[in-house]
Amino acid sequence: MSPDLFFQYLFAGITYGSIYAVVAIGFNIIYNATGIINFAQGEFVMLGGMISISLLHFMPLPLAIASAVALTMLIGAAIEILFIRWLQSPSVMRMIIITIGISILLKEVALHIWGESIRSLPYFYGNEITTFSIGSVHISPQVVWVILASAVMVAGLNLFFKSTPIGREMRACSANRTAALLCGINARNMVTLSFMLSAGIGALAGCVMSPITYTQYDSGSALALKGFTVAILGGLGNSGAAVLAGILLGIIEAFSVSVVPLAFQDAISIAILLVILFVKPHGLFGSGDAARLKDF
Amino acid sequence: MKTRNYLPLIGLGVLMVALHLLTVWTGTQYYLTQLTMSAYYGLVIIGLGVLMGYAGQISIGHAGFFAIGGYLAAALTTRNLEPFAQNWWVQLLDKAGVIVHGQDIYGLSQMTFTPWLACIVAVTTAGLVALVIGIPVLKLKGHYLAMATLGFGTIVYRIFLAMPYFGESDGITEVPGFDMLPFLTISGDMSHRVLNFYASWTLLIVGMLFLINLIGSRVGRALRSLHSSEEAAEASGINAGRFKLKVFVLSAIYAAVAGVLLTHYNGGIGPSEASMAKSVRYVALVAVGGMLNLWGTLIMGVGLTFLSLRGVFGSFDDAVFGTILILVMLFSPEGILGLKLRPLLRQLIIGGRA
Amino acid sequence: MSPKTSPANETMLELSGVHKRFGGLHAVNDVSFKVPTGSIKALIGPNGAGKTTLFNLIAGNLPVSEGSIHFCGQSIEGQKTYEIARMGMARTFQNIKLFHGMSALECVMVGRHSRSRSGFFAGMLSLPTTWKEEKAIRARSMELLDLLGIADLADTEATSLAFGQQRAVEMARALALEPKLILLDEPAAGLNIYETAEVARLISAIRDMGITVLLVEHDMSLVMDISDEIVVLSFGSKLAEDTPANIQQNEEVIKIYLGEDETV
Repeated sequence: MSPDLFFQYLFAGITYGSIYAVVAIGFNIIYNATGIINFAQGEFVMLGGMISISLLHFMPLPLAIASAVALTMLIGAAIEILFIRWLQSPSVMRMIIITIGISILLKEVALHIWGESIRSLPYFYGNEITTFSIGSVHISPQVVWVILASAVMVAGLNLFFKSTPIGREMRACSANRTAALLCGINARNMVTLSFMLSAGIGALAGCVMSPITYTQYDSGSALALKGFTVAILGGLGNSGAAVLAGILLGIIEAFSVSVVPLAFQDAISIAILLVILFVKPHGLFGSGDAARLKDF
Repeated sequence: MKTRNYLPLIGLGVLMVALHLLTVWTGTQYYLTQLTMSAYYGLVIIGLGVLMGYAGQISIGHAGFFAIGGYLAAALTTRNLEPFAQNWWVQLLDKAGVIVHGQDIYGLSQMTFTPWLACIVAVTTAGLVALVIGIPVLKLKGHYLAMATLGFGTIVYRIFLAMPYFGESDGITEVPGFDMLPFLTISGDMSHRVLNFYASWTLLIVGMLFLINLIGSRVGRALRSLHSSEEAAEASGINAGRFKLKVFVLSAIYAAVAGVLLTHYNGGIGPSEASMAKSVRYVALVAVGGMLNLWGTLIMGVGLTFLSLRGVFGSFDDAVFGTILILVMLFSPEGILGLKLRPLLRQLIIGGRA
Repeated sequence: MSPKTSPANETMLELSGVHKRFGGLHAVNDVSFKVPTGSIKALIGPNGAGKTTLFNLIAGNLPVSEGSIHFCGQSIEGQKTYEIARMGMARTFQNIKLFHGMSALECVMVGRHSRSRSGFFAGMLSLPTTWKEEKAIRARSMELLDLLGIADLADTEATSLAFGQQRAVEMARALALEPKLILLDEPAAGLNIYETAEVARLISAIRDMGITVLLVEHDMSLVMDISDEIVVLSFGSKLAEDTPANIQQNEEVIKIYLGEDETV
């Protein structure tokens, strides 16, 4: 493998990896707040892409993206309020089935609105053949947008959870719901907020990746599986590790292209998921002490 | 007590005959085709029902087992062995009488495996895959289990979609009929329609009989106890892991048998049979019927599948199943037939305030 | 009541130097004692003393961090709960764990599981051999319900029974295993004095059947009445091990139960 090709793969890996990381963080936010794995997480990404593409007919790109993110956040909140909020201590199996049902519904709604056609946002800067070069390696500016947006989201979330009162309240709720309730925190609203946040970052990821990966009504589920793989790799609930794990998975996937036929590429991340689940369900970076995970 | 358990089975037999007579009387024999298909899907669904309800394990990958059965049966009975005719193993199998000599659509001679051999290989493979996958997968719980089975189903889907041997996105067509018994050929041919209807429903009844026996037996009692309290069951000497694995394999075999027969009946199989949407649909039908209510599962499974196959839901097919899934899980997690209206109304009126 | 003197080879259960740590918490700290065959031994101590943890260690629900547990002379290290159960150790639970949707009789029949054979396929095909076995299981389970005085409730759904009756069903289920050792986790919790007296009679009856009993109990009158020996736990460590009479005199035990300030 030539050094040029190596760096080409590496950048592709980091690009996809940062998207996976954002999806994984979306899983983690909801998981930390509720103990639920939201099987409709991938659909938030799809919705972000699709809505922004449609809005682009009426408004400039930045506004379309901002509106798409806001709309998806509203959808996230609506889902939580309609389907999750009023259930009293539902079983894990029930929650799994409900979120799977939501995932199917969102997919079907998207199918009926946008059809089966494959769409994409235009490149934010230049077009698909625009590249800039670092040495002899050519990189699309969109790649930079993706990595930048992911980095900003991770940093922003970090700041939000550590430094804002609401972020701290959300963390309190996930650490000990009862105690947080006693301190006067409205845990239910925190859960709604977690769905909104999770939907928002998913939608933003869906927008920035759309020019490279394209968007289709059913593009969410594959992404969700990969995002979940990353969430598990990093240890469920651990968003810092998810960033590392995401980039790791992206790179593994990118380099696997040179060994495994493209058609099997998705199977690789799933195989990794299965192996991790069997061997080290607490994640590569997680410890056995994370006793909460065993509570399922 | 015992005989009471078997009464609904007799009812199901009567229903089978009544449905046939009804289609004859109303001149709607074409319904028999979808009724036959529904019975095969019903077999998948009751198998999954025992797994979810009695072993308490979710599987969002059961379409994978159906597809392993169907695809292997299709491939083995259509892929030409002529190029390997000189290989010792082909000659050996030929001598054993498990190879069919025939002609393809262009009149060229071809050799394929007999449907019986294909069926046995397909079902055994599905069972073995379930065993190998099940050992690690069933150690997982909750979300991990759901994702692992979803992952398994997706891998199966991708493999069938990616391999030319399995026809990629076109699937496999031209699958021959299956001369199962001297008087019975499993195929979509019009002349076999009535017999095929009775064959599929009889299989469903037998499949149900086995499951009812199982649930009423010592093993079934152990399974039911596991569902309620794994800790207390294990303290009574019950090996939870082994029973879950056995039920997992059994349900995979049910799915594979249905896959094999439906593929012969339809004359082909495509990758959509392995898709996540199919797996989720099976889960939905079990949930609608009620997790611990095998009869409910059977009725809702066969009934809704029939409506879906008749195209009643139009292009909203998946949306309907998604909606049903959510509504049932929200309002009546015990299944529609277990719906208790009063507590439900109370919850709606007073609300779920903690 | 005097303690039975048992030779060393007649030890049903032996704990030696057992430790259990959860992260930084030292839940069980160097506990050793023996339960002689055919005796009734009680485990007492204030809340949080580690009694239930110790039970879970003995029943194989948790692995020990250090030390060993021998049951019938065999180490239970690495054995699964169901394997230990099959060796002849039955238990009841502090927070009753009966099976939903099953009659009292069926719950007890589950207890016969490891004493019967019929397998998966025999069950599916409903072979005649399974009918015979099923009949035997049913008969034996009825006997046990009868022994506990709730035979008339056999067909009632177990979880709908009164509290004391549920405890009885649990005990019948444990006995159905034909255990050598039975672990009773607070058998009198939540019972009134009449029911407690009944439980005391029952525990003695179980011992008379040749079954060794280890129980955790808060009701001191019950413990003092029926036990041959008592082990006192405090903060995960063994504080004392003696006959009921001597335990009642033990100043340290009195201190942890009454509190240090209340030296009356």
